[in-house]
Amino acid sequence: MLALLLSFIIGGVFILLIGKDPFVVYAMFFSQTMGSWYGIGQVLFKATPLIFTGLSAAISFRAGLFNIGAEGQLIIGSFLVAMVGCTFSSLPSFLLIPCALLAGALGGALWGAIPGFLKAKFGAHEVINTIMMNFVAAGVISYLVTNVYSVPATVHTPQITASAELLRLDVFASAFHGSPVNVSLFIALAACGGVYYLLWRTRFGYELRAIGLNPIAAEYGGISIARRTVLTLALAGALAGLVGGNFVLGYKHYYELGFSEGIGFIGIAVALLARNHPIGIVLASIFFGILEYGSLTINTMVPKELSNILQAIVILFMITLTKFLSRWTTHLQECIVQDSNV
Amino acid sequence: MFDSLISFAFLSQTLRISIPYALPAIGGTFSERGGVANIALEGILLIAAFATTVGTFWSNDPLIGICCGVGAGMVTAFLHGIISVTLKADQIVSGIAINLLAIGVTKFSCQLIFNSSSNSARIVGMEKWNFPSSIPLLENPFVAGTVVVLIIAHVVLFRTRFGLRLRSVGEHPAAAESLGINVSRVRHAGVLISGVLAGAGGAWLAIDQHSFTDGMSAGRGFIALAALIIGKWTPLGAAGACLLFGCAESISIQLQSSFHGLQFIQLIPYIITMFVLAGFIGRSIPPATIGIPYEKEKH
Repeated sequence: MLALLLSFIIGGVFILLIGKDPFVVYAMFFSQTMGSWYGIGQVLFKATPLIFTGLSAAISFRAGLFNIGAEGQLIIGSFLVAMVGCTFSSLPSFLLIPCALLAGALGGALWGAIPGFLKAKFGAHEVINTIMMNFVAAGVISYLVTNVYSVPATVHTPQITASAELLRLDVFASAFHGSPVNVSLFIALAACGGVYYLLWRTRFGYELRAIGLNPIAAEYGGISIARRTVLTLALAGALAGLVGGNFVLGYKHYYELGFSEGIGFIGIAVALLARNHPIGIVLASIFFGILEYGSLTINTMVPKELSNILQAIVILFMITLTKFLSRWTTHLQECIVQDSNV
Repeated sequence: MFDSLISFAFLSQTLRISIPYALPAIGGTFSERGGVANIALEGILLIAAFATTVGTFWSNDPLIGICCGVGAGMVTAFLHGIISVTLKADQIVSGIAINLLAIGVTKFSCQLIFNSSSNSARIVGMEKWNFPSSIPLLENPFVAGTVVVLIIAHVVLFRTRFGLRLRSVGEHPAAAESLGINVSRVRHAGVLISGVLAGAGGAWLAIDQHSFTDGMSAGRGFIALAALIIGKWTPLGAAGACLLFGCAESISIQLQSSFHGLQFIQLIPYIITMFVLAGFIGRSIPPATIGIPYEKEKH
């Protein structure tokens, strides 16, 4: 919380620097995001993909792995979602939508499993390899979208068939009218539940956390780290791959180059803020969703890139403050212990 | 068609492309040899390119602009150093945050200064040096500068006391400290050097393009990272890898019109890096304590 507060203060300094009143700007920022159902719908729409990428980062953090590859995994996944959505147009909705999502998850899983395999088999560090896979994904998909599955003069794939579209929430609740929040929000929440169940209620989750806490002890305990590494990163990739549901099936109805705008990286921030807990991830995603949509609403007064700056500052404060505070508290404890000894 | 590949234009294009890879790659070697993973290179490039543009725009003198770029690179790297060396926070996360910050700050400031978040005004470029024409490639001061930097970097890293200290704090900081070396200070120095060189790389991007565009670093910081891995964490190796990447990219630009799908050549660096890390093409072993903050033992 301290990190959030401090970053808003620094954000305020930035706003002052350009000669605007931070209180006016922040008032507009919060009233536009949380003052109306439309705003809330927009925020939830922005939060949905972050839940997926946040879970993706969190599950790998729990296993002591660092997945910076969500960006590439979601690019591959979302593209496949769009491909299935426009290719198998004869299937009915209840088959086509799960198929499209499954394709996205599988694509993401494959993209995550490759660095996992390289780590498990050859000890190659997953941080570098997931970064490299991001670029390979971006290159391959940009080739496919511009040269193979292109609509002339655009940078997106053909439209998916109507039966593959996910319903928007304004169909059920007219208050959300106009905002693009859609059913994939519920898929994201279900994924949170699934990850929670997996991590704390299954043997696999227990082993995964054991590896994250102490890999040597886990290996002595008979857990095959190599296999878990591949599986964990595949799972992380699958979660990132599901992002396509929100943008492709629920909003634009096609895959567009560059739609992700760093969602994969912000997922890491979400996981950090949430301390890798699924419930925290929902809250952190909403927070980052507010930042993203909020900065769009104040764009007339302050450049919307304020959101990137705020996001970065939140991350920096989070990683430094926790270190700082923990050292401070242990220092205090040591002092107290010494005092009582005297 | 292939005639076009063996020409002066091709060679100078290759060098032009390689510079913004090589400078941050050589710089990154210093940071990583000291045990500080530096994926912030990308952000440093971007911020430096922007600072160079602004500096040149206001002063109308590219030299001042370059100084601004290098300075901005240093400041950004110092931030990374404070977070990851002094405060001992996660180096990878710090790098990611700095990259995000770089995107935000440059677009934000670009909007304020040039009234557009994606493009700056045009800036003056650099005059060519009037060198004897026998070495025409050196008339670009940046090419000559990069060669000089490369030689100095190699000597400093492997032939000086500072270089030995830097490598020792990356391999075994506790042993280094027992010999009286200030681990934090040496690591800070390594990170700052990476900032200076990556800053120079960013400056070249802006000067070469005569303007700033948003996201103009375009993954070059990560290619630099890839190059230094392929180059086995040595300046010469890293620069060699950069030259190879520059050459591949140059080829793909030359042949773009005649072949489809040549953009795949641009993926080569990334794929080679994965192969090298996996040990398929010569094993590349990172400095032992890379990514791990050094905590002093309790006394």
